[in-house]
Amino acid sequence: MSDNHNEGHIGYPGYIGVFAVLVVGTIFTYFSSFWDLDGMFFPGANTLLALLIAFTKMTFVILFFMHVYWNSKLIKLSAVASFFWLAIMFAYTMQDYLTRGSGVFGQ
Amino acid sequence: MNSEATTGNGADGTPRVSYIGNGSTLRSWLLTKDHKRIALMYLISVSVFFMMGGLYAAAIRLELLTPASDLLETATYNKVFTQHGVLMIFFFLIPSIPAILGNFLLPLMIGAKDLALPRINLLSLYIYWLGGALTLIGLMQGGVDTGWTFYTPYSTTFSNSYVMLVGLGIFINGFSSILTGLNFIVTIHTMRAPGMTWFRMPLFVWAHYATSLVMILGTPVVAITVLLLAIERAAHVGIFDPAIGGDPILFQHLFWFYSHPAVYIMILPGMGVISELISNFSRKKIFGYEFIAFSSIAIAVFGFLVWGHHMFVSGQSIYAGLVFSFLTMVVAVPSAIKMFNWTATMFKGSITFDTPMLYAMGFMGLFLIGGLTGLFLGSVGLTVHLTDTYFVVAHFHYVMVGGQVIAYLGGIHYWWPKMTGRMYSEFWGKISAMLVFIGFNLTFFPQFILGYLGMPRRYAAYPEELQVLNIFSTAGASVLGVGLVMPVVYLTMSLINGKKAEDNPWMHPGLEWRTSSPPPTENFDTPPVVTWEAYEFGEDSGLDIEGARRRHQESVVNA
Repeated sequence: MSDNHNEGHIGYPGYIGVFAVLVVGTIFTYFSSFWDLDGMFFPGANTLLALLIAFTKMTFVILFFMHVYWNSKLIKLSAVASFFWLAIMFAYTMQDYLTRGSGVFGQ
Repeated sequence: MNSEATTGNGADGTPRVSYIGNGSTLRSWLLTKDHKRIALMYLISVSVFFMMGGLYAAAIRLELLTPASDLLETATYNKVFTQHGVLMIFFFLIPSIPAILGNFLLPLMIGAKDLALPRINLLSLYIYWLGGALTLIGLMQGGVDTGWTFYTPYSTTFSNSYVMLVGLGIFINGFSSILTGLNFIVTIHTMRAPGMTWFRMPLFVWAHYATSLVMILGTPVVAITVLLLAIERAAHVGIFDPAIGGDPILFQHLFWFYSHPAVYIMILPGMGVISELISNFSRKKIFGYEFIAFSSIAIAVFGFLVWGHHMFVSGQSIYAGLVFSFLTMVVAVPSAIKMFNWTATMFKGSITFDTPMLYAMGFMGLFLIGGLTGLFLGSVGLTVHLTDTYFVVAHFHYVMVGGQVIAYLGGIHYWWPKMTGRMYSEFWGKISAMLVFIGFNLTFFPQFILGYLGMPRRYAAYPEELQVLNIFSTAGASVLGVGLVMPVVYLTMSLINGKKAEDNPWMHPGLEWRTSSPPPTENFDTPPVVTWEAYEFGEDSGLDIEGARRRHQESVVNA
């Protein structure tokens, strides 16, 4: 583990603050689902906003609850690599969904 | 095993207690944190699952002896091949080499006292037992009939078999795999002995490092996929079933994102074993060490990019099929690098044909056929004809059995003296290795032809004109079965009346051969300092290996 590992990073006020961010994010997700962003902007805008909120919440959890923020570069690299892997899964799955019904080169 | 209670004298002249003799109560085994004892418990558990999976295989081959569905009802046959697949893949092929040989050898090979997280190691064994027990309960209550792939919407909507219970067993078992991989990575990073640099590590260790990456990155995905399947089945949330708004192809994407890399979880450790065997039994430094090491990493990485080749006829887009087909050809390159380097290592080597080397050479031939037929299936046009035929069955058995199982058997024979302190009968070992090779080819080569002729997999009945090839296959399975049962007998016998093994019976330079057989609980009397390169047979190894070998040969000739 990291040399500078320390349990008292942000203390209880910090943790409660992060928890508050998560709760606010959840409430915001709930209410934003009633807005017709798909109609106002583009199809999928509602989903995109929900994902952005979820990504923000997840970042707080990883950085502060999971102590990645204070950890070594190797641990940070591992965390980033796992998202890279997730991106591979999404990207290669979407290359199927986005080209369904079209030919090899979109004909 | 009492004779293995002590294992020679330590550096200070006092008798050393071997890991086997360090406590004989059930408690001393069940609460042990010793990686070697945990490996032995894995050996017994995994062997039980292997035998059960083998019994299902025997039932399949007996049913296919005749064209009609006469031995088993078709519904029962569906369950039999599903359970064969589930037991063999999740409870034998995936854990066998990492959990048994990896657990036992990895700390020894890098000069560590144990794995970095010994309690986590024991926990992974208990999780394996729990997952296995739940799966077995599911099988005994009526079993599952979906095929080991659990394809939707059949598994979520139509099957009335024990999908949930077996799925839960597999879900839980996945965590055992993740924890083992995590333990290996932490151990390799933090526990290497002084002087054991990354490029002095045995290639077995590199292979396990690559395997661990796949375990950690891939296994959570299949766990979540099985969970989603359970949610849809129990709560009717539309995820995979098109009738309620889901997409069945999504299941295949998620399932194969793990399950194709899982092929590399199975084969990469086997490749690590083969690297050890080829170099050591050719008594020659391995050719292209760095290339073999990095090809393991390349396989782990590229292995994640090719899953769509299991879905060419699923309804996946043509464009995606083209991309996955290209990447499938790419992933063949690092495997080929290994094959060429092993061959080059053997060239002008001083080869001895001991039992482990027979398995290693068998691996090279069989894996070559398995790999090359994979290119047939990776070609988008040809695969339309071959998908879901016995060609696919033959292909993956050449990779999984011809590759992984052969490597596992080679590894078990090679390190058996170290694990138990006893030598087995070399005569019966060679006979068994040859029976396995002949039986395997007789079983599975006809299946390539059957598949090409159009015999579909997963059917209990087939046209009469295909019977001759099926009889060959069933006859081969009998020979293979005998070849696989034999090691159980003579290895067990070796524990009772086998010759006592020397510390370094093969006269090989690896660190695991520089401690006693069986090793003490702490692995080494004094912490080793590594000053030699991997696979160093010369004087730089610090051992007079060639001199010892010459003296041994002279003593044999004089006798």
